[in-house]
Amino acid sequence: MMIKNKKFMRRSLTGFLIIAFAIIIILLDTETIGDDYVRRILNLGAIYAIVSVSMNLVNGFTGLFSLGQAGFMAIGAFTVAVFTVPVELREAIFYIVPQSPLVANVELPFFVALIIGGLLAALVSILIGMPVLRLKSDYLAIATLGFSEIIRIIFTNMDTITNGALGINRIPGIPTMWVTFGVAIVSIGFIVLLINSSYGRAFKAIREDDIAAEAMGINLFKHKVLSFAIGAFFAGIGGGLLASLLGTVDPKQFYFTMTYNFLLIIVLGGMGSVSGTVIASFVVTAGLEFLRFFDDSLILFGVNIPIFRPGFRMVIFSLLLMILVLFFRKGIMGQKELSWSMVEGWFKPHKNLHSKRKKDEGGTI
Amino acid sequence: MSFETFMQQLANGISIGSLYALIAIGYTMVYGILRLINFAHGDIFMMAAYFMVFSMINFNLPWYIAILFVFIATVALGVIIEKVAYKPLRDAPRMSIMISAIGVSFLLENLATYLFTGVPKGFPDIEFLTRAVTLGGISLSVATIITPVVTILLLLCVLFITNKTKIGMAMRAVSKDYETARLMGIKINRVISTTFVIGSGLAAVGAVLWGSKYPSVMPLMGVMPGLKCFVAAVLGGIGNTTGAVIGGFILGMGEIMLVSFLPALTGYRDAFAFIVLIIVLIVKPTGLLGEKVTDKV
Repeated sequence: MMIKNKKFMRRSLTGFLIIAFAIIIILLDTETIGDDYVRRILNLGAIYAIVSVSMNLVNGFTGLFSLGQAGFMAIGAFTVAVFTVPVELREAIFYIVPQSPLVANVELPFFVALIIGGLLAALVSILIGMPVLRLKSDYLAIATLGFSEIIRIIFTNMDTITNGALGINRIPGIPTMWVTFGVAIVSIGFIVLLINSSYGRAFKAIREDDIAAEAMGINLFKHKVLSFAIGAFFAGIGGGLLASLLGTVDPKQFYFTMTYNFLLIIVLGGMGSVSGTVIASFVVTAGLEFLRFFDDSLILFGVNIPIFRPGFRMVIFSLLLMILVLFFRKGIMGQKELSWSMVEGWFKPHKNLHSKRKKDEGGTI
Repeated sequence: MSFETFMQQLANGISIGSLYALIAIGYTMVYGILRLINFAHGDIFMMAAYFMVFSMINFNLPWYIAILFVFIATVALGVIIEKVAYKPLRDAPRMSIMISAIGVSFLLENLATYLFTGVPKGFPDIEFLTRAVTLGGISLSVATIITPVVTILLLLCVLFITNKTKIGMAMRAVSKDYETARLMGIKINRVISTTFVIGSGLAAVGAVLWGSKYPSVMPLMGVMPGLKCFVAAVLGGIGNTTGAVIGGFILGMGEIMLVSFLPALTGYRDAFAFIVLIIVLIVKPTGLLGEKVTDKV
């Protein structure tokens, strides 16, 4: 009876939270509460969550240290930019080199362009993954980083399609928050289902020990490419949403240091924890905005504190990454997921824990 | 293309190749011992260039004292980075150390942007290095001629240290088998520090020569050379010092030749190194002079 009650309570609490979340989004969306600034940060957080969870799938769950996320995002972003800008505006945007006739008159609905962007990113990732995924951890990191740079350089040089270094602006914006949050919920839900399937177990086995996994009959190559391609697909989707949210893209945005943002997020959230990554995405996005006051000069008691000036925010940001990896390597969640038993554990008296620890101390060593 | 232009480009290729070689030695030595890509190496190089700017322009030191100061400061920076960011993670999973290395690199870049602003600073003019010399119809700066010579001399020094001295023997032992070397009584931490001293010192020399050739110092100036030099180290066979130098020469030469023979591809100059990397990793992952390493279960 007790257990049934508990289950019921947990379920109703979960349902209550989902409804509360939906109501908050509806209120924000209808501009009843919050302002554009808050909406923008939340949208950005949702997009970062998509990309970070997809990066965690590759890095945290499959154990492939890939740093190509910025490049895949660029593919998605430029696909959306090229295909959704209204045809009549294009002449004004491509004022130096006219757009190639191949794409100049093609205008697609946002979601079609978004999916095409994701698929293109996945396709490129498969082409890249075939040779590169045979490599071991650090070689893989530098090779994927290199590819992300190559993608960016190619976009900079494809004047007739991407407008080169000038980039594309006047991309139609996102009409409601449900677009970003809807896509985020669907994407993250898909990744969670994938992780809990037999494929997910194979990914985790590869992460723990690839030689043992191969001996157990897991096709290493197939699973690595699959994980890499799905990661790239959702990075492309995230990039496409970002293009639409910002309204403008140019290759410089997708410099490989962008990938470091997502790296910070997955380290903070915990490598191998989806819920941790989602929490960390919003914390980092909001934190980056919140820390903006570090970039403004601060006058305390009439004295100008000289350390507060542009760039200080990023210094703190990178110090945070260092501190995390040096002292809190597990992040918020480690490899655990947020669950009701975890939440209940926070409120339980620590008496049990104490006695348990004492018992452990009398172990064998 | 006239013969003179070709010779000019050849000299350019050799000189940029030897700069790559200098930085690549640092990568290859650290990788040989710690099995870690020192992502911060390119940024150590960048900091060295800034040290040079400050010692010569802000403190008005004569160039020979400035170079000495830059050398010491860069070496100190390299060793401090190792002690703070890599040493606590000796027994951590490989991915953590790599993230730490990326963190250091990111921190140095942001710190440089914060402290020195993103506006490029002019590299101090070292009269002796920037003087132009005409050789057989082509005009070259002294720096262009001196760079390959310095590189070869420093390579010989490094080879001497690793092959003939006691600490070099310890380095080779550590790179073969870290645990066994430790059991044999080798002071691992001292060996690793020495490696970082040599690597950072070479990066400092590289920065001075680089600055005389491309006199603009920016917070992100170390990123591309850093990545390319890592490619050079992989091309030559990572862990092999001579290989790194050969790789650096090939890469520098290839890049200059690509730009001069196929001017249409100039925009892809930075992509060249990565394409080389991918080809090497597919065709011969051990590089030109590398040893085959097998994974033990």
